[in-house]
Amino acid sequence: MSEPRAANRDFAIGFVVVALAGVLAPAIGLYPVFVMKALCFALFACAFNLLLGYAGLLSFGHAVFFASAGYALGQSLKVWGWPTELGILFAVAASAALGALLGMLAIRRQGIYFAMVTLALAQMVYFFFLETKFTGGEDGLQGIPRGKLLGVVGLENDTVLYYFILAVFLAALLLIYRIVTSPFGQVLKAIRENEARALSLGYDIERYKLLAFILSAGLTGLAGACKALVVGFETLTDAAWQMSGEVVLMTLIGGVGTLFGPVIGAFAIVGLQDQLADRVGSWVQVILGVMFVVCVLGFRRGIVGELGAWLERRRQPRRPGS
Amino acid sequence: MEVFGVPLQALLGQLLLGLVNGSFYALLSLGLAVIFGLLNIINFSHGALYMMGAYAAWMMMEYLGLGYWWSLLVAPIAVGGVGVVIERLMLRRLYKLDHLYGLLLTFGIALIIEGVYRDQFGVSGQPYPVPSALRGATNLGFMILPNYRAWVVVASLVICLATWYVIERTRLGAYLRAGTENPRLVQAFGINVPRMVMLTYGFGVALAAIAGVLAAPIIQVNPLMGSNIIIVVFAVVVIGGMGSILGSIVTGLGLGLIEGLTRVFYAEASATVVFVIMAVVLLLRPAGLFGRER
Repeated sequence: MSEPRAANRDFAIGFVVVALAGVLAPAIGLYPVFVMKALCFALFACAFNLLLGYAGLLSFGHAVFFASAGYALGQSLKVWGWPTELGILFAVAASAALGALLGMLAIRRQGIYFAMVTLALAQMVYFFFLETKFTGGEDGLQGIPRGKLLGVVGLENDTVLYYFILAVFLAALLLIYRIVTSPFGQVLKAIRENEARALSLGYDIERYKLLAFILSAGLTGLAGACKALVVGFETLTDAAWQMSGEVVLMTLIGGVGTLFGPVIGAFAIVGLQDQLADRVGSWVQVILGVMFVVCVLGFRRGIVGELGAWLERRRQPRRPGS
Repeated sequence: MEVFGVPLQALLGQLLLGLVNGSFYALLSLGLAVIFGLLNIINFSHGALYMMGAYAAWMMMEYLGLGYWWSLLVAPIAVGGVGVVIERLMLRRLYKLDHLYGLLLTFGIALIIEGVYRDQFGVSGQPYPVPSALRGATNLGFMILPNYRAWVVVASLVICLATWYVIERTRLGAYLRAGTENPRLVQAFGINVPRMVMLTYGFGVALAAIAGVLAAPIIQVNPLMGSNIIIVVFAVVVIGGMGSILGSIVTGLGLGLIEGLTRVFYAEASATVVFVIMAVVLLLRPAGLFGRER
């Protein structure tokens, strides 16, 4: 079997497993609000991974796109009274626009500098959110209504909202798969592997990087809008640098540059925080730090990456004598 | 006397405060630049280690009754020792990999350190007294100069310039600079490069700890002081570029001053002005003011 076809099949299997798990999760007694939140973070991590895993750009400021979408959704639903689906579209557009603005500046530097620039730009936006009125400053934006989908389906019911969020998540996952397997995605990988060579082949690498950044910011916005819809509020916690760090960790644990790694990583981290938050207090941060250190030192491929490498070894036909 | 409608005394006071902050930026970005030069790693835990320096001073006062001058000597050595351990046990394993892993590892270390201190000391600040020899203020005629703040600026400048001198003008510095250019060749000449790398990291960290001790009497010592400052210092580093030692000193002090001025004329922007300048520099001179295009 040729390699792309094997990859296609792996993705199809993974997608069906994730979709089935998603559909069945409430039936086996998982608390829907928890799963919804985890799905939103999973989408956040997948969007972040689009940039790190496929374009090789480590953004340390993705939290602001997550938060800006939440604020945009809250503003449009609560203050302007827009219908839910329009609010989500507006939130995605807002995040993508912010992504275009910050991305334009950030892609002027590479590697470690890119990470520092995105972190600093994100901190600037954080201070902006802290000072402006519509975000509610330190109190946050409270009481965002869920509204009705297309004016018919009420989303106040957790189960209805759950299947809506699941559908959005799965659709976004398909979109990301489409992006990374498209010619555009191939060029991104070429830039990641060897920027100078991609440039000499005639690709306008700045445009590719910027487009990847905007796509990633927009999808992050979709995740942020869904999360704000689920919990009904948006606060500065989502915009802080710690959140940018968390999404890096989710991706790292699951596997950078794998399609499902970030999903698994996000469920692992959100589940861990859910379990530990009340019991250990500020030690959660220490545990996350230790996970970072362990992942970087000895587990760089992440869960899905290690699994893939194991499958790869099994697929290789054994040579006689070895 | 007034300048642009601002009393001269207030203006000079804010400028001095800006210089004090700028001294911390200079010390911290200098440490980052020294580490980056040889290790190619951006030390994300720099802020946490700066915080450890401040806490080392506070703990020596609280538990051992040792004063400011002892801390200024012992804290950098102790925290630098922590840095050496970090380099030996962890960073060393990453030199052959993508440099982003160094950033991620030190980010994790920063989370651990900050989390432990938060658990131990809470998030509220601990006061640290100004040493008795530096209390009070001097009247310069046109302004009242608080002695301790003047000391911080002078001490930081001396430390920065001494570092510059050692790196640019001595044999040891020549080894360091050679190690930055081509570590394998330097090793072939019989210089123990891994040990040099280890000590360089320890030295950069010690600079952060000195900044922490200097800061302790001015700001409340608290576990979050490191992460608050490190992001600004990253912006400073991006603005200055890490190509030159003097460049990072000048950029640090200059941005501190600009921040002070902003606080006088448009206080709302004082938290963001450094980031705005960074954005402008990225547009006009992406490699940074003193950086080299790679």
